[in-house]
Amino acid sequence: MDLTLSGKYEALQAEVRAFIREHGHKSPKVGGPRRDPDQKTRDWQKLLVEHGYAARTVPREYGGFGAQPDVLEAAVIADAFAEANVSQGLANQGISMLVPTLLEVGTEEQRRAYVGPTIRGDMFWCQGYSEPGSGSDLASVQTRAVLDGDEFVVNGQKIWTSSAHFADMMFLLCRTEPEMPKHAGLSYILLSMKTPGIEVRPLTTMTGRAEFNEVFFTDVRVPASQIVMSRGQGWHVANVTLKYERLYLGDANKMSVRLRKLVDLLQTTEIDGEKLMALPEYRDRLLRIQGEVMAWRAHQLRLRTEQADGVDSGVKRLIVKYGGTMLLWRMSALAVDAVGAAGLPYDPSETDDATAANLDYMFDIGMIIGGGSSNIQKNVIGERGLGLPREPKTQPAAAGGRA
Amino acid sequence: MRFGLTEEQRLFDDSLRAFLADRVPIETLRQQAQTGRGFDPAIWQGLCELGLPGLLVPESYGGAGLGVLDAALSAEALGHAAAPIPFAASAVMAPLAFANSASRDQQSEFLPRIAAGEMRVGMAFAGIGGQTGDATLTLQGNRLSGRVQGALDAGEATHLLVYLPDGRAALVEAGANGVSAQVRRSVDRTRPVTDLSFENAESAVLDAANDRMAAALRVVDAGRVMLAADTLGAAQYMLDQAVAWAKERVQFGRVIGSFQGVKHTLAEIVTMLEPCRAFVWHAAYAQDALPDEARLFACQVKAHVGDVGREASRMATEVHGGMGFTDLLGLHYWFKRCTFDRQMLGGPQRCREEAARLQGWKLAG
Ligand SMILES: Cc1cc2nc3c(=O)[nH]c(=O)nc-3n(C[C@H](O)[C@H](O)[C@H](O)COP(=O)(O)OP(=O)(O)OC[C@H]3O[C@@H](n4cnc5c(N)ncnc54)[C@H](O)[C@@H]3O)c2cc1C
Repeated sequence: MDLTLSGKYEALQAEVRAFIREHGHKSPKVGGPRRDPDQKTRDWQKLLVEHGYAARTVPREYGGFGAQPDVLEAAVIADAFAEANVSQGLANQGISMLVPTLLEVGTEEQRRAYVGPTIRGDMFWCQGYSEPGSGSDLASVQTRAVLDGDEFVVNGQKIWTSSAHFADMMFLLCRTEPEMPKHAGLSYILLSMKTPGIEVRPLTTMTGRAEFNEVFFTDVRVPASQIVMSRGQGWHVANVTLKYERLYLGDANKMSVRLRKLVDLLQTTEIDGEKLMALPEYRDRLLRIQGEVMAWRAHQLRLRTEQADGVDSGVKRLIVKYGGTMLLWRMSALAVDAVGAAGLPYDPSETDDATAANLDYMFDIGMIIGGGSSNIQKNVIGERGLGLPREPKTQPAAAGGRA
Repeated sequence: MRFGLTEEQRLFDDSLRAFLADRVPIETLRQQAQTGRGFDPAIWQGLCELGLPGLLVPESYGGAGLGVLDAALSAEALGHAAAPIPFAASAVMAPLAFANSASRDQQSEFLPRIAAGEMRVGMAFAGIGGQTGDATLTLQGNRLSGRVQGALDAGEATHLLVYLPDGRAALVEAGANGVSAQVRRSVDRTRPVTDLSFENAESAVLDAANDRMAAALRVVDAGRVMLAADTLGAAQYMLDQAVAWAKERVQFGRVIGSFQGVKHTLAEIVTMLEPCRAFVWHAAYAQDALPDEARLFACQVKAHVGDVGREASRMATEVHGGMGFTDLLGLHYWFKRCTFDRQMLGGPQRCREEAARLQGWKLAG
């Protein structure tokens, strides 16, 4: 154990703080709206990548900063941004899920083509997994891709596709080998959303915003080289992505940022003329949350160290999505209770504290469901993490799950 | 920079756990529970050979000169075994009390004896460290009078170290004139609580720290981290047992671990418990290396792990059904370990209150 901020870390901390002093005013609002990122957001992202404050460990040849993984460096940077309430850059399905997937299993060409533009914020991705009949039971997807010469021809429908209405690209899970058992008949394909034959229909969510979509494919032609790994290996690739998705959804840095905001909110908000922090019911809820955040932060540092050592963290990793999203929801629930009745006016296009609290409070439920619901996470933790037996199959093709 | 254990720490942990697995079978726990004095001479002897009492004693005084993190790993292993021996006070808080508050002479007189395992120290606090029950201690010169309830590790202690509300500490020999100790079996039969009373007893006063209260609180904090680590170990044991049970016990023609209700209960436990391990490490490390955050870590880890331990130990008992409730499996020893750790040195409510004050979060009125 060595967390001393000695030598190079102090220098890094000073460097990041100086960067924030000089450039901080260019940052987009922290926890800003979840929609098509504007120019300001994209410019900020490029600046961060250039300085190595985003995509820090992505190799240089793919456009990253090429630093060795170092947990404390990452923590020093995250803390400096959080304390200054400045955006830590984009976190989205491309950067947090697709990029690590390609670095793990993509071809050299795929890495060169997609990693750089994605981390710089020039290319946005959406995740084409769920279908109307295949949610938790993801391996049952029916969208078909048929090889015709050197192209796949895709037909079918996806649903709940976040960001598809502005994404440039999609990573698609589809069926290429219908004659194979369900998990073995899948492929993972990268395609442009501009390809003819794709239709995107936004779906309005409970937040009042159109955050996700239905996507229809009619004879959509995709070069065969766009497959990641090979035909029939889509389930494996999809699970690599899910691994990163689940770590991203339970991210403890997000908890730290929110904790600071909650402290601030309770210290500045009043009810009947008294500060919330001076009232035991509010203060005690915050104290409990603080303890939980400290535990998850330490856990994340431990996981990152294991990751850097190339150790598979097993059950320690599997608990992150379920535990993290539940805690984040309890945090937004406290924020909603803090803004109180004065926070009830709601216009989803606004970005004030009260709207942000209510938006998180609803959106966090989406995070609990998306990426594999809590029940599915608990199945995975129990079966893969603790080695408990699976549910007996009721019929040959019925089991499985987004696992 | 890394967040994890060193090779030496892993090796030491392995040998300690192997020793405990071998030497603390359930039969031993049952025997010990009869007396409830929290001391088994044979186990103690073996732990002394492993160097446990001297972990935190500086090398110059015959110890290993290790840190609070090393001690926390041992505390976790002892909790996992529900080992009926003194540790948190005797092997951790007492050496730290000498390091923080004793004069040079006092250190060289007592620390080598602690390291050798010939001196075992029971400890109690008056007015600090979450003291409950009676406490009326006074010092006149080096003469100690009054009483204090609920001393930790005092079942078979050779010495007693008590803290006064002003942060001074007084050391007396157990059995000396004017010292009486009433050992009481606690709900946790592996560790007693002891009521102490003193009548003009001669003591060695530990009062060499620049800031005596800060020094006293550092001792309390290290103790809190140990109790959290002990709970972590005990709750982990209960989870391991519950998982094994769920893979074996058959009802409705299936092993119960294949039922989602049971599977999800176990998933809940591991989801809350596993982050506690990193939290305990971080908090223990903070005691030696992060002085600005050490107190907050100690208060929050004691509170959080105490709450998780309560939930986890209840749920793991439930997974065992009626067997969990009986004495047949002995699972209750670990449940009670969590129960004891939670209350000793301040429960979650007390610890969070201190965490709030540390951060200047004052209540109205
Ligand atoms: C905000 C949000 C964003 C999303 N973004 C995307 C995206 O970008 N791309 C994409 O492909 N998908 C996306 N999804 C879809 C998401 O992955 C699915 O909603 C999720 O996997 C659940 O599938 P379902 O909606 O069909 O629910 P169902 O599978 O029908 O589940 C309904 C309920 O039944 C429970 N259940 C189902 N099976 C089991 C079982 N075996 N054991 C116990 N309980 C079970 C579930 O836990 C859930 O509570 C998103 C979802 C949300 C909410």
